[in-house]
Amino acid sequence: MKKDRKRILRRTFLKGAASSAGVILAGCSESDPPTYGNLLRMGDNLTFKAHRLLLPKHSFAREYDLTEITSVPAIGTTNPSNPNKSPTYSEAHGPVYEKFLARNFDNWTLGVTGSVERPAAFTLSDLKRMQSRTQVTRHTCEEGWSAIAQWTGVPMRNLLEAVGVKPGARYVQLFSYDDWGDCIDMVDALHPQTIIAYGMNGRNLPISHGAPVRLRLEKQLGYKSMKFLRQIVVTEEFDDHGQFGHIQNGWSWYAGI
Amino acid sequence: MAECDELREADMSVAARGHRRWVRTCHWLTALSFLTLVLTGILILAVHPRLYWGEAGNSLMPALLEFPLSNNHRPAQFEETVTFVDVPGAPISADRTYSIFNKNGWARSLHFLAAWILVAVGTMYFLLGGVSGHIWRDIVPRLQELAPSSLWRNIREHLKPEAKAGSAGGGPPYGNVQKLAYALVVFVALPLMLITGLTMSPAVTATFPFLLDLFGGYQSARTVHFFAFSFLILFFVVHITMVVTTGFRNQMRAMILGK
Repeated sequence: MKKDRKRILRRTFLKGAASSAGVILAGCSESDPPTYGNLLRMGDNLTFKAHRLLLPKHSFAREYDLTEITSVPAIGTTNPSNPNKSPTYSEAHGPVYEKFLARNFDNWTLGVTGSVERPAAFTLSDLKRMQSRTQVTRHTCEEGWSAIAQWTGVPMRNLLEAVGVKPGARYVQLFSYDDWGDCIDMVDALHPQTIIAYGMNGRNLPISHGAPVRLRLEKQLGYKSMKFLRQIVVTEEFDDHGQFGHIQNGWSWYAGI
Repeated sequence: MAECDELREADMSVAARGHRRWVRTCHWLTALSFLTLVLTGILILAVHPRLYWGEAGNSLMPALLEFPLSNNHRPAQFEETVTFVDVPGAPISADRTYSIFNKNGWARSLHFLAAWILVAVGTMYFLLGGVSGHIWRDIVPRLQELAPSSLWRNIREHLKPEAKAGSAGGGPPYGNVQKLAYALVVFVALPLMLITGLTMSPAVTATFPFLLDLFGGYQSARTVHFFAFSFLILFFVVHITMVVTTGFRNQMRAMILGK
């Protein structure tokens, strides 16, 4: 709650600063990725628009053979309940995650709300009962390394069909236990390879890789595949998630390069 | 004396046609984006200064090459190693919790912005250069110009002391080694940079998976990107050396003012 208030204050301040500087700056939500008058973000948006215009929407990222699976580093937050293992540790969500972890996530749920007909909360076994997809894909990190692993999960498309996305919904907002907020557009959300993964290399998703579930978004860089998913909210508007999102931390919202 | 100077100048203007305005514009826009790409490219490489061959490569796998560009190249102090399969040599997972040098937020975005500019300039260059005949007349080396003896003679001329200051006018016609160098940059190195760059894009390779096959994988493309960069740096150093040794002021005037 404290953070939310800080966030609103920050936005109010940014809006004031921007309007006094004569820069066009929208607030938390708008219909396109914001640029904040920043040349770099304009370049990112040019790449995004070019990709959406020139590349077919449902082409598949390459899938590999099981024998091509490699070692995979786990970086960033490797346990949201441990401040030493979470650079973005959350006072609010860290302890909650710890309680779920202690019970092996049997009482954990993933809420899917917002611009949907039937908001719902899915338990891990609910997700595991749904039709799944298993894919061996390459995780491509912005740092420059890559790794191949097998991922099993529920296609986000199936999840969205289960709750019934309202017409006009354009973005899917994602929230994590280590306090990240991010969003993907419907093109990526409905892509058959975009899955809510609960399995990795034939086992339960390890804690360091985002247990109980993480996103796999195969046509963008690794940082878009959010680990430790806490909640999903469908919206009509773009949300930059302020200080909890990539853009205000200096990173491109779109990472398909 | 004055007459002599005038004559010599007249001679030079016949020998050197000077750089046309669109060539000068392309040159400086290319220079700007090239230097931006070099700076940001080094920053990006410094975040993970290890090169690999194939599709995958990371700190838990052996590298082809390592550079001491930051502390990030060292085999990291990974914690809590997990094996997925209980077989010796099987893939593992391990945690990295310490922070590393990483300026990729702005370095990547600036790299791609500069790349967009270079693609636009390159397109303009090939269009105008093709239509005006500049590329065929001044850049593409004739077959006989590529004969080893001819290239060798040209290189020896470059190394003679009297071949230095004021010997070359700004602009074409170019020597055959010069033509070869420009042709390699324009037709080989820069297009290779673009294609290997695109091969590192997960969205692009989803549409054009043959790019991954062409280079042997994502990491191979990254490695080829690095070697093409190395060639361009070599060209850049020789290029600047030649500009300085053949009369820096004249060369700069020729490329800025066109005479």
